[in-house]
Amino acid sequence: MYTQALDSPIPDARPGSPAGQAALERRFEERIERDEKIEPKDWMPETYRQTLIRQISQHAHSEIVGMLPEGNWITRAPSLRRKAVLIAKVQDEGGHGMYLYSAAETLGLARAQMLEQLLDGRAKYSSIFNYPTLTWADVGAVGWLVDGAAIMNQIPICRCSYGPYARAMVRICKEESFHQRQGFEIMLALARGNPEQRAMAQDALDRWWWPSLMMFGPSDASSTHTAQSMRWRIKRFTNDELRQKFVDITVPQAEFLGLKIPDPALRWDEATQHYLTGPIDWSEFEAVLQGHGPCNQERLQARRAAHEEGRWVREAAAAYAAKHGGLGAGPRSASCITNPRAQGSVHE
Amino acid sequence: MTSTLPAQARFRYVLRLADTSLVLGQRLGEWVGHAPALEEDLALANIALDLIGQARLLLAYAGEIEGRGRDEDALAFLRDAPQFCNVSLAEQPNGGFGRTIVRQFLLDAWQLELYEALAGSADARLAEIAAKALKETRYHLRFSAGWLVRLGDGTAESHARVSQALAALWRFTEELLTPDALDEQMAAAGVAPPLATLRPRWEGRVAEVLEEATLKRPEAARHPWHGKRGVHTEHLGHMLAEMQHLPRTYPGARW
Repeated sequence: MYTQALDSPIPDARPGSPAGQAALERRFEERIERDEKIEPKDWMPETYRQTLIRQISQHAHSEIVGMLPEGNWITRAPSLRRKAVLIAKVQDEGGHGMYLYSAAETLGLARAQMLEQLLDGRAKYSSIFNYPTLTWADVGAVGWLVDGAAIMNQIPICRCSYGPYARAMVRICKEESFHQRQGFEIMLALARGNPEQRAMAQDALDRWWWPSLMMFGPSDASSTHTAQSMRWRIKRFTNDELRQKFVDITVPQAEFLGLKIPDPALRWDEATQHYLTGPIDWSEFEAVLQGHGPCNQERLQARRAAHEEGRWVREAAAAYAAKHGGLGAGPRSASCITNPRAQGSVHE
Repeated sequence: MTSTLPAQARFRYVLRLADTSLVLGQRLGEWVGHAPALEEDLALANIALDLIGQARLLLAYAGEIEGRGRDEDALAFLRDAPQFCNVSLAEQPNGGFGRTIVRQFLLDAWQLELYEALAGSADARLAEIAAKALKETRYHLRFSAGWLVRLGDGTAESHARVSQALAALWRFTEELLTPDALDEQMAAAGVAPPLATLRPRWEGRVAEVLEEATLKRPEAARHPWHGKRGVHTEHLGHMLAEMQHLPRTYPGARW
């Protein structure tokens, strides 16, 4: 999903624990068993902390990088209503990134460090955002399929054992389901439109279907960390279970739109009461994760450029704050204008 | 009072307000995902959203006044540059963050005065839209003035960058304050304020913020540009080519 790279081994996991650790660990496991929330100041195993830092920061990075493929269409949205909805949506993604960075910070890693890991290529983000948005229909497909897949994964995280992550996810899920409906509505307008618009919708489904299925991560047989994450109740369902739920919900939606899922092997299975899909091309997934997707370079380049070109701005804000007594200090001229909304500020 | 005004004049005047918000909102939309920090990404998107919202209300109203069945999208996507009536400053390219902030501040300070006056317009519908826009503009100005001061009084580099941006954009400010025949006609009918009353208030606010930002008011001559009469800079055509390409490629399609 937004955190697929978790399925690779954790480099700094420390096996074995000193004497006395055992009791703490037992107590922790018991709390997990009782479905209690773990809070930032509670004791937790180092591997639990590291797993969460990686998962939440990857999730945050995915939100931030995810602003780019959709942001690509803000200036070209075909109506003012669509333009406004798209700006609001991309803004929501940025907001999700903020809550998630804050949730990850409670585990002891500063946002600036997480950002550095993203920019130097150490941290991963969801493979899906390395695909291009080539037509307006892609904006619809991203909302319908990508946000649809994201919700499938994120609803169970609302019950994640780590409190700050679970709480951030409750708010995020509400907004994501709104985005998913908006995406579907774009697809519906195209499906009911002229032949060129219908072709545009089909082409978008053709290109986004398989990458959307890959968002759930490797199949259970090859996912190394699923078992541990499930035991810790960070994860509640396996990758394959979530992928199946997504397929079962999405296939009838495609039928409603009059679009064809690009999988000749797709069929309804009476015995299991599920749709069965053809094999996923995992070599494509691996290639995209390794940096060889269609837009990996462009996405990272855009993030790096924004960071580099913004450096003088952040330095100016810091210099101003140092001269005028802290980041909270606002300019005099601004203070005469009363408005409840908060003024923008710069972190780092 | 307003009923004695020719519909064509009211239409053109409302379009000036609508197009200024639309074009500025479109420019800010180019920033989304590329701002210096996440907070600024959110703020710029927020302002873009407010401006597009203002444009939609105003364009819908302009379409009603015109009475030829053009809705907000027909007016936004199917007019060419010479039919756009935004002030020229709004269409100037984003440049870096410093230039965007200078452009935003000069226009926010102007829209604040304008909307404050229009909230008391003899045209009730316009008054209602202006009252809503005024609340938003107060926040926009707080953001842009706040950043102008930080950049002006930040580092030597930021001071130099923002001074340069101010010098480059200052020439477009005369258009904001110089009335033409249509402005005068609207003022006489009580629909809009006389621009002469806006000038000292705008100048005063700008001087106050520039002083706090340790920036000098540029000496450059301020020739009036004529964006509001449809005579634009070269930049608008490119912006519209991008903005309008889908509705123009697929005539009559619904989205």
